[in-house]
Amino acid sequence: MVTIQKEYLNALPKKVIDDLKKELPKDISEKKLQKILDECVATYESMKVDPGESVGLVSAESIGEPGTQMTLNTFHFAGVAEMNVTTGLPRIIEILDGRKEISTPMMDIYLAEPYSKGEDIKKIALQIKETKLKDVASEIFINIADSAIEITLDRSAMKAAGITDAHITKALSGAKAVAAKLSGDALNVKAKSKDLSINDLYKLKEKVRVVHLSGVKGISQVLPVKRDDEYIIITAGSNLMDVLGLPYVNPKKTVTNNIHEVSEVLGIEAARQATINEVFKVIESQGLNVDIRHIMLVVDTMTASGEIKGITRYGVVSEKASVLARASFETPIKHVLNAALIGERDELASVVENVMLNQPIPAGTGLPQLMVKAQGK
Amino acid sequence: MAKQKSVIKEHILLPEHVKLTDKEKEAVLKHYGIAQRQLPKIFKNDAAIAELDAKPGDIIKIIRNSPTAGQTIFYRGVTDV
Repeated sequence: MVTIQKEYLNALPKKVIDDLKKELPKDISEKKLQKILDECVATYESMKVDPGESVGLVSAESIGEPGTQMTLNTFHFAGVAEMNVTTGLPRIIEILDGRKEISTPMMDIYLAEPYSKGEDIKKIALQIKETKLKDVASEIFINIADSAIEITLDRSAMKAAGITDAHITKALSGAKAVAAKLSGDALNVKAKSKDLSINDLYKLKEKVRVVHLSGVKGISQVLPVKRDDEYIIITAGSNLMDVLGLPYVNPKKTVTNNIHEVSEVLGIEAARQATINEVFKVIESQGLNVDIRHIMLVVDTMTASGEIKGITRYGVVSEKASVLARASFETPIKHVLNAALIGERDELASVVENVMLNQPIPAGTGLPQLMVKAQGK
Repeated sequence: MAKQKSVIKEHILLPEHVKLTDKEKEAVLKHYGIAQRQLPKIFKNDAAIAELDAKPGDIIKIIRNSPTAGQTIFYRGVTDV
């Protein structure tokens, strides 16, 4: 292993240093090494983006052009049976818009040893899946005369989901407005206030139907699969906070495709990484070839404010300093009117507003300005 | 909750966060020739810096794993929400 002087460690990226260490022969002379490193630094510096280069424009074209070939199909099967996953253009739009509600939230739950080897995986999958009262009921109907809700329990469904009578009575005893009585398979839920209108009774029934019995809230489907050498659980529905707290989960590798959830639980930097991963996954799955640097640039813009902002008129565009730049994107009248009302100033410091006014733009060769250093008296 | 916080520090999505000292802070701002408010931002209640006791005005150094450069350094200024 060659040792590289400290001054070069800061001048070159880690990957280049690592490659050099691997490729250079061990007995290289000091002089030769110096020469190679100088050459590397010179090449690296010449490869850097020039000041004033319109990197955003290049990114937009580089993502947009292959994007035209992306499938317009909203849903398709991503290799896993029985699970719909949004991919293609709709997914890209969803991510870059920074939507809070995504159409198919999913998690990849990695398990701790020894469960990752497949031990008890079915049992764990069932424990994670959320079971609601309606899932273990074969019949729910309203008894108007007694203003009560009568539920017939499905014993086989209960057994499959690992639900006992105690689970049900405990879940219902938490609710203040109702009194539940269980006898055999029949569950009788009665409202405590005597005279409920039929409308209220119907609302009550809808509430009782979705009473949480067991599992992690929000996880509607579970699917154990083998990925590489490990058994993991893919879920429909997402709840990163609660799943990371489970004892049999490997919290270091478990991820969700809901970037806002990642931002909340792990912070903005993790959300940035998750967003890049999600966008790149879609582009890769479509067989397209977009350099990851373009995606990194877009996502850095989205996360620069400390929270995820979509590329929309409510997101990053609303942060622009220039009125004219904002007006040139969407809803121009709103922006121009508001600016007029509060007397906003436009410094004409950026590109779009100068294009609108037919002036040289501060990008590329238009960026450098003449500065005169005053000297003497 | 308390246990969770220590666990998530090693999550694969989460890069290392370091709070800069005043001296390092000055060096960073001087190197880029900018003011603190011109840095990208991180909220003071961000989950990743919960244990760093960061106040608005601090700078957080983030050591990212990069697919192109191997490792890159990024800075964010701490702000109020």
